[in-house]
Amino acid sequence: MDINFSDFNFLPWLIPIGPLLAFAIITLITNRSRMVPATDHHEYGGHHPDYDGMEVPVVTPYSRVASIVVGMAGAVAAWLISMVVFFEAIAVEQLGLDDRIFASSVDWLSLGTEVFRMGVLVDPLTTVMLFMVPIAVLCIFIYSIGYMAHDPRQARFFSLISLFAGAMLTLVVADNLLLLFVGWEVMGLCSYMLIGFWFEKKSAYRAAIKAFTVTRVADVIMLLGIAYLYALTYDFYGFGTLNFRDVLYNAEFLDYAASTNAIIFGGLGFSAAAVIGIFLIIGTIGKSAQFPFHVWLPDAMEGPTPVSAMIHAAAMVSAGIYAIVRMYPLFEAGGYPHGGEMTAPLMLMAVVGGFTALFAATIAVAQDDVKRVLAYSTISQLGFMMAALGIGAYIAAFFHLITHAFFKALLFMASGSVIHAMEHGEHHVHEHHHAHDDHHAHHHDEETPQDGTVPTDAEAHPPEELEDQEYLEYPRSRLADEPFDAQDMMNMGGLKDRIPVTAITFAIGGLSLAGFPLITAGFWSKDEILADAWYIFSGYGSGIHFFVFVMLAVAAFLTAFYTARQLCLTFLGEPRTEEAKHAGLGGPRNVVSITMQLPLIILAFFAIFAGFIGVPPEFPIFGAVLSPEGNRFFDFVKYTLLVDMQPGKPPFNWIPVLASFAVALGGLAVGYWMYGRKPLEAGEEDPMKRILPPPIYNLLRNKYYIDELYQIIFVRPSQWFSRVVVSTFIDRGIIDGFIHLMARISNFIGDLLKAFNLWLIDGVGDGIPQGVGRFGYWLRRVQTGRVQQYLILVLLAALLIGLILVVSTGLAAGG
Amino acid sequence: MPEALSVGSSLSLTTITLFLPMVGLTILLFMNEEKDKDAIKWTAFGFTIATFIASLLMAFNFDVNDAGLQMAQRNDWLPQLGISYFVGVDGLSMLMVLLSTIIMPIAVMASFRAGVLEERGRSKLYYIFMLLLEWAMIGVFVVQDLIIFYIFWEVTLVPMYFLIGIWGAENRVYAAVKFFLYTMAGSILMLLAILYVGNAAGTFAVPEIIAGVQSGQLTFVMDGVFSEQSFLFLGFLIAFAIKVPIWPLHSWLPDAHVQAPTAGSVVLAGVLLKMGTYAMIRFNLPMFPEASVTWAPVVAGLGVIGIIYGAWVCYAQTDMKKLVAYSSVSHLGFVVLGIFSLTPQGIQGATIQMISHGISTGGLFLMVGMLYERRHTKLMAAYGGIWKAMPVFGGIGLIISLSSMGLPGLNGFVGEFTILLGAIGSGVLGIGFALVATVGVILAAVYILKMFQAIFMGELDKEENMNLPDLHWQEIAVLVPILLLIFWIGLQPSAWFDMLDATTASLIAGIADFAPEIIVQAGS
Repeated sequence: MDINFSDFNFLPWLIPIGPLLAFAIITLITNRSRMVPATDHHEYGGHHPDYDGMEVPVVTPYSRVASIVVGMAGAVAAWLISMVVFFEAIAVEQLGLDDRIFASSVDWLSLGTEVFRMGVLVDPLTTVMLFMVPIAVLCIFIYSIGYMAHDPRQARFFSLISLFAGAMLTLVVADNLLLLFVGWEVMGLCSYMLIGFWFEKKSAYRAAIKAFTVTRVADVIMLLGIAYLYALTYDFYGFGTLNFRDVLYNAEFLDYAASTNAIIFGGLGFSAAAVIGIFLIIGTIGKSAQFPFHVWLPDAMEGPTPVSAMIHAAAMVSAGIYAIVRMYPLFEAGGYPHGGEMTAPLMLMAVVGGFTALFAATIAVAQDDVKRVLAYSTISQLGFMMAALGIGAYIAAFFHLITHAFFKALLFMASGSVIHAMEHGEHHVHEHHHAHDDHHAHHHDEETPQDGTVPTDAEAHPPEELEDQEYLEYPRSRLADEPFDAQDMMNMGGLKDRIPVTAITFAIGGLSLAGFPLITAGFWSKDEILADAWYIFSGYGSGIHFFVFVMLAVAAFLTAFYTARQLCLTFLGEPRTEEAKHAGLGGPRNVVSITMQLPLIILAFFAIFAGFIGVPPEFPIFGAVLSPEGNRFFDFVKYTLLVDMQPGKPPFNWIPVLASFAVALGGLAVGYWMYGRKPLEAGEEDPMKRILPPPIYNLLRNKYYIDELYQIIFVRPSQWFSRVVVSTFIDRGIIDGFIHLMARISNFIGDLLKAFNLWLIDGVGDGIPQGVGRFGYWLRRVQTGRVQQYLILVLLAALLIGLILVVSTGLAAGG
Repeated sequence: MPEALSVGSSLSLTTITLFLPMVGLTILLFMNEEKDKDAIKWTAFGFTIATFIASLLMAFNFDVNDAGLQMAQRNDWLPQLGISYFVGVDGLSMLMVLLSTIIMPIAVMASFRAGVLEERGRSKLYYIFMLLLEWAMIGVFVVQDLIIFYIFWEVTLVPMYFLIGIWGAENRVYAAVKFFLYTMAGSILMLLAILYVGNAAGTFAVPEIIAGVQSGQLTFVMDGVFSEQSFLFLGFLIAFAIKVPIWPLHSWLPDAHVQAPTAGSVVLAGVLLKMGTYAMIRFNLPMFPEASVTWAPVVAGLGVIGIIYGAWVCYAQTDMKKLVAYSSVSHLGFVVLGIFSLTPQGIQGATIQMISHGISTGGLFLMVGMLYERRHTKLMAAYGGIWKAMPVFGGIGLIISLSSMGLPGLNGFVGEFTILLGAIGSGVLGIGFALVATVGVILAAVYILKMFQAIFMGELDKEENMNLPDLHWQEIAVLVPILLLIFWIGLQPSAWFDMLDATTASLIAGIADFAPEIIVQAGS
């Protein structure tokens, strides 16, 4: 097949190319630093610890601008091509049915007689992802211009985040599980690099290693599932394949997989499909941070905030859910969740998801760190999706993935904006305190009370202006290990007056997360999950569906509650610290302020309106207005699956709808009643502490001590085992000891023989020995003990052999 | 007695490639240590490059669809004894020759800036040994006569022994002797087995012996676990297992690596260890097919133990070189698992993994060497935050580290993944082997990240590290080919796999004649 990019089948190849190319260009060409004395306050932000007297690399102004331009160009290119593919795809009637897909592939690797092909595929699932991912990525990129504007390694940041985006897009357009896995792992690498972006900081590199290692454990199990799937297709087709259409869009293969006994746990009644499914799901449990692999995600916020948005919304964790949405037919094979018939993988998802949703929500209510609350809310929301998939609410889960990505990206970037404002306030206070000079005056002038007003001329400010607008400097809190905590909500309060745009968009995102009825995207997707769960429970009396319904409803209530708590603590009332009093983004017309607020506004739009695409048509009023021809999202996405496997639509039922209303409004109301009615004063205790008994409060606040538990169960024993047992005792002691023993024994035998020889020689007489001695004496002249001479002898011998060979060769050739 | 194979006796490209290092060596002999200092090293480098080009010519002439020996040449040497100078390459040999000729120029160039050469002098001798080593290595990979193979196999020991013994670190004599004696001890068994096989077959030419085994004219009795064929199989295997090294015969390796000069470590890890795994595929599998099947679970089991064991020991190391050395034990465990899965995927994956490991681990040793040149210590605790002082080095170091831990998109993953496919689809191994091996993949991430963090991340808090110079252009030049190969094999491995297709297919078909159970039937 010739590659021809005017053919739409080939166009998806180009989507990840932009960001990947941007990564290469920035890394190899535009990332240039100059060496600056670390103590030069102006160049380095002035707060760099411990490096007095050394020169440190700081990205040059030219390189900073060029890298931003290249990075943005890559992201914009990806977005544009995605849009072209998107519109082309939605124009196709029943996209996904049989051969109505865009796909192309090339040979990648030949194994014996078979060929492994790599390619791209656009079906409804891909299409929807191609709408969400590039927009979120683009917003994150724009935001990073401002957020990272004063980081000495901004160019490197753009290179890595481009790679991140490229890997995610690769994963989305992949037509086989192996390419998906490649994108998956490269993302793992990017998250490692970006979480540890401020690699000087201990907590940062620890979090980075934790994220990589924990997800890697899950990934490797997933890899095993992939390899097993390959072996299974080998048995079925006579050649191995991991192509999604071969594996998932072939009813006969799915039947075969569901009816073959597994090579492990087969005795327990597991089918091959079930074992593969469980392995793949474990991969997702790691990537999407579900219990018990959730521990890496809250720590992952050690990275710069745009990275958190990337990990929590646009890429990483969404990729996990996307992968199991993608592989769903395999999990369903042999069962019919919509009729209450569960399979082992579905059961696993329902239980893990339902549990995690509630578990993480309970932790979130007792956290004070603005990003940590959001991190646990992500875990909880991913639990929603996981559970929804488990109970067969395939499309609802995918819908929630999309709406969640929008509002969670929004929430993270808004929280980043809050943190940035607080750091600004801190800087202000810090400068003030030390009665510091020139900069400070400069800052003060630019700070205006209405610094949050929306600038409309965003494009009119080319990034070059960064140079002469040094409003913010490299904040102390990012590097020092125990600084003022700009992320602690207890230090905030009253920020709505300081950063109004952030406050409004944050509130929109928060309400969407809480599922505020009717007008937010989060409501519609969450409602659909609950509706599915209720319908199957009431229709088939399936216990697991009831379990999921209850867990999710309670979790939704807690979600609304902690969202209200967060909004109230951050934005309402009076500032509780000096820093909060001086918080701000640095003025309405500066690049930082513009680039950090524009994405919030874009995402706020989707956080509201994205939900209207999937309104059930039977829903009073809204259904008639928004979905006159049926649920558009549902009808579009369902053709990803074989017609026989498409999930049924639950009929409209008031019980789940009222439940959605009740938990969302109830949670928000309780939260407002506790934190908003009378906002917290400076120094006042969290009311949560008064309400909950201390042991429970501490348990929640310390995340059920799971990190500590893992430390005791896994980390320390394995360290001890590797150091003391394996390395010292077995390797040095037994294995090497044995070798040394052998050496000693042969030495001993040698000595013995020598003694015996002497005795023998003495006994026999001196005649022969003398002869031997004379020969030895003669031989000693050869044996000079000089290595060179030995060597020359060896060489002469070798050369002689070589010469004979070459000559004989030549003669033979001649003859 | 097997029939004689008719092979051309005229000068072949293989012979030219094999003897080019010898030509360079001869020229070096006539140079003056003091006066021609620069000329010596550039001559040595020039000849490694010439050899590389010759091997590239071989690769271009290589027909991927032909499973037999290509560019072969055979001249009688001791016809009465059935010994002949017999060289030629199939897909497997071709790739191994390429690996050797790629690694050698890198190793020679990496020696240009070695402090130990300045310190201890005798650089002429050093480069002579390097060329001698290259000659012997290529010889091991191209000869098709058991006796000549044995000679080359032993000759590789000599230059390595001196490289470690003269230019090594503090404890070099101990390490050199241990290396030499350990390997020698294994070879003795092999020599006995070689003589026995040659005596039975009346020839030492490997293709003839294999053809004899295939046609049934030559039979080594295999009834029960301990019978004639098993003993011969083990005689060969133990020699190779020490070289690989397979657990628990590995204890010479960390010492040799830690004491060897950087280039020595690079060649040792990059090529010498692969002689063992290469020889298993070349001799053990086709000459003793039934014993291979019988013993596969045992050998693969030791390989799997090595994977976990090596990784675990790595985790406890404080010395960078030791860590990398033990990681070799772990990675080569994968290769052994792939070979003894007795599937095409497994064997192809193993071969690719041999190359990948040569590149990645060679790269890791080069990195350690570059740090050592600057700071004169191999302890991880002496570093920290180096990324800030040496940003370019940090970036390259990251890529090499990731390739070693098998990140998809880079070379390490391709081999590991195909080996896993082979192990799962294997007719002789249970899935347990693959399950345990995957644990090794997890551990690889742990120890590599630990090392990377200890060197590059954290605060740059040690005075002496603050003004370390970033990479010199020569150092970058040494690393660039490694980076290119890392990406090439990782992203587009088909060129490498193509070379192996025909060879592996005929190898597997040959074993399957004796043990059809290795082929898993479709639909079972």
